[in-house]
Amino acid sequence: MGHPSLITIENLRFERDDTTVVSCDQLHLDVGEILQVEGPNGSGKTTLLRLLTTALQPSEGTILYCGKSIAQCRLEYLSDILFIGHQSAVKLMLTAEENLLWMATSELSSTAVLDALEALGLAGYSDIPCYKLSAGQQRRVALARLLVSDARLWYLDEPFTALDRDGVKLLERCMSDHVSSGGAVVVATHQDLDVQGVRHYPVLGETLLRACP
Amino acid sequence: MRKQASNSFYAYLRRDLLLSYRRLGEAASPLIFFVMASTLVPLGMTPDLASLAKIAPGIIWVLALLATMLSVGGLFAGDYQDGSLEQLLISPQILVMPVLGKVTAHWLITGLPLTLVSPLLGLMLSMPEAGYLPMMASLALGTACLSLLGAVGAALTVSLHKGGMLLALIVMPLYMPVIIFGGATVQYGIDGLIWTAPLAILGAMLAAAIALCPLAIASVLRLTSIN
Repeated sequence: MGHPSLITIENLRFERDDTTVVSCDQLHLDVGEILQVEGPNGSGKTTLLRLLTTALQPSEGTILYCGKSIAQCRLEYLSDILFIGHQSAVKLMLTAEENLLWMATSELSSTAVLDALEALGLAGYSDIPCYKLSAGQQRRVALARLLVSDARLWYLDEPFTALDRDGVKLLERCMSDHVSSGGAVVVATHQDLDVQGVRHYPVLGETLLRACP
Repeated sequence: MRKQASNSFYAYLRRDLLLSYRRLGEAASPLIFFVMASTLVPLGMTPDLASLAKIAPGIIWVLALLATMLSVGGLFAGDYQDGSLEQLLISPQILVMPVLGKVTAHWLITGLPLTLVSPLLGLMLSMPEAGYLPMMASLALGTACLSLLGAVGAALTVSLHKGGMLLALIVMPLYMPVIIFGGATVQYGIDGLIWTAPLAILGAMLAAAIALCPLAIASVLRLTSIN
């Protein structure tokens, strides 16, 4: 054993009202990997992602970040992750630019924000309140965070919702660029990803899972 | 460069002020409620100036309390619904500063305007002039207390679909000391007594609330997000 994995999950279990929602014996995630969490509706994909983001506390087991428990290096870990969930956290009354500026964890220049919006095909929409944008465009505003963030770990929950074909391709390219520059992605989606080196991880709800290869 | 803790205070303060500016009608409704409800008092009770003057301090304080309570319920609701609250909870910062920023914004939008228009209501209810300054001073400090305490209730009820009535039941007992000393400040001013004494107690309550409420709100928000 050389370097510890970026993320190691050991015997993770999450129970709600005495039913096991997520159970994961062992899972490693290394730099440069895209892990696609798959499973039928209600199988616990979102719960697994929320456990990874520390929004939920596991009932049992630990998540290790670079070999350390994420409870011990909480701030360090949280500043290295970026989570985009079902709810995009886009404020409808704010413009796309204002949304990005306040959501960013680091100081951003206005040009960096405009570049990110342009890259996602929102050039010219940066000063329009988001409630005037379509659902797909609002999703693109949320996804523009990926480009202005310096987080190494991306947790994406159904990121393709409402995106058009170009948007899907764009996001796939973002993901492969990110992993080739030393990042890692965990993505929960039903869509087949057109990206190289995707590892699949089936989530089966109540069934106990064996280790992933 | 990572954002400093004080920056996250200003970031949330600025954002919430901007959001209310974009929805001025919604932001102004506590103020309109405050003014309209107080015009009902002479209609419903008596137009007799002497009787109105007697009850004016209490009426104004009760209405300020209700106006604050009605508006504080939505403090975290918007952020909870659109996922911003979850993002806040998993952001690498101390939760207390953004929370304090949000509560400060709430006070600037409700408490401060209520304080500024209160002399108008005083005039309408023919309150003696000696009571104006104590009333404004006590409302300025008191509504800040009300915003902080109300925010604890708002955090507790954020995940409930219709938490409005529950919020009122949780928050009203906490509001009692504030209204006792707030009303007393105005009454002392009218009676020519040393009104700074109850005002000082109100100030002490505010100091304690600033120190403790953000901590309570932060831990309650963590609890409610679990389910």
